[in-house]
Amino acid sequence: MNRRTFVGASITVGGAAAAASALSGCGDDAPPAEQQTTSVAMRINGEDRTVDVDVRTSLLDMLRERVGLTGTKKGCDQGACGACTVLLDGKRVNSCLTLAVMHDGADVQTIEGVAENGRLHPLQRAFVDADAFQCGYCTSGQIMSGLGCIGEGHTGSDAEIREWMSGNICRCGAYTNIVAAVATAAKNA
Amino acid sequence: MYPFSFTKAADESSALAAGRSGGRYIAGGTTLVDLMRVTVERPGSVVDINALPYRGVDLDGRALRIGSLVRMADLAADQRVRRQFPVISEALELSASAQLRNMASIGGNLMQRPRCLYFRDVSADCNRRTPGTGCAATGGLNRNHAILGTSDQCVATHPSDLAVALVALDAVVVTRDSGGDRRIPVADFFRRPGTTPDQEHDLKPGELIVAVEVPTGPSTARSGYLKIRDRQSYEFAVTSAAVALDVTGGTVRDAKVAVGGVATVPWRLPAVERALVGRPVSPGLWRDAAARAADGAKPLSDNGFKVELVRRVVERQLATVAGLP
Repeated sequence: MNRRTFVGASITVGGAAAAASALSGCGDDAPPAEQQTTSVAMRINGEDRTVDVDVRTSLLDMLRERVGLTGTKKGCDQGACGACTVLLDGKRVNSCLTLAVMHDGADVQTIEGVAENGRLHPLQRAFVDADAFQCGYCTSGQIMSGLGCIGEGHTGSDAEIREWMSGNICRCGAYTNIVAAVATAAKNA
Repeated sequence: MYPFSFTKAADESSALAAGRSGGRYIAGGTTLVDLMRVTVERPGSVVDINALPYRGVDLDGRALRIGSLVRMADLAADQRVRRQFPVISEALELSASAQLRNMASIGGNLMQRPRCLYFRDVSADCNRRTPGTGCAATGGLNRNHAILGTSDQCVATHPSDLAVALVALDAVVVTRDSGGDRRIPVADFFRRPGTTPDQEHDLKPGELIVAVEVPTGPSTARSGYLKIRDRQSYEFAVTSAAVALDVTGGTVRDAKVAVGGVATVPWRLPAVERALVGRPVSPGLWRDAAARAADGAKPLSDNGFKVELVRRVVERQLATVAGLP
């Protein structure tokens, strides 16, 4: 057990104990279920992987904790920030809000699969050239979302890019340069 | 997140069987996974229904039929919807983010739970989450809460933009269980909180949403959605309005008006519509009709501004839609 798994496990146990004693949720009339583990096969960044996961595992946690791809970031873990954006069967999604077990057979691309043969993707290059980040925590989500935005064709103007990139929050406020980077990469795409 | 058993339904009959024995359906998961993680939702069994054949968008002379598993992004991008039901595509594209719209299904959009912070906080009193515990919002931070359709039990707004457009257009929810199909007008599908705020909709246990049908009409093409938010994008409505108008020969022949962000359910405005239909278009018409938009409103301590805001949003959107080519 490495440090990351240990911390994750401790949080789960502590949280469950507290919730059971004092807190109340909806629809809890069903009998408590046993923990269920299942095997999920996915093509991740072009490589076929089979991973055993607890069915509660989000796609995000599977990528980070089970596959070791920590480039995809956990920001809010509730679909409000976009840091966890990946391409799922070619479409950008929030990997925190979907269960890994729902995507058996899917094709997933993460930030680790964007560069080819050690060469940065043009959008990555554009982020570097435009200085489109400060702390960098949101950057992998911004780039994956930017790939989706360009692929969908929503880069007709800076205003259109802003609207269609609004699912990615940058608390450093690097938006001006992020928009410039997406616009540059779209122009050269 | 509490443990649950997970199954993937291969077809409709196995989905309905799993639903009958208490399984909770999951499609996009953007609401359910989120609420399970914060332990507001604690299903013992989750049933993935994404393999079911509810993916079509069909248009004939009578109605637009939208499969319940169609994703928000796909429906919004459909050229027929953009041309003939612009209020639907606008409501969708003003919702959530591009990522969430790629994930979330139309059926799931209708099944969204409230975004009230006290509902999401399992340490707070909430009659909707845990009946009988009280409502922390009534005496708490309620700027974002409802002024219409409230009860002393619950004041949470309904979060869906799409549902506001669907209520305006007289859409019908088509459901299915072992007893057969039902057709429920969207306006009857959502329940006001009253004394049972935990009962949000008209679905029976295990019943599936198969499709949503929107009748075509002379006003659907001249329609649009206005959404006022605390930030420009990726935010729920403070106040919104869905409007569809048939203006022929300088007279309003048909008007469909509904508002969001101000009510516990998607809120149709029949009094505003009555003040429009049959009237010649005149400089003061939109304002006079919109003056009825807040009829019956009961503002809370922090959201009195919505009374005037909803009138202005309706007036502006009536004028905007009337001016469309």
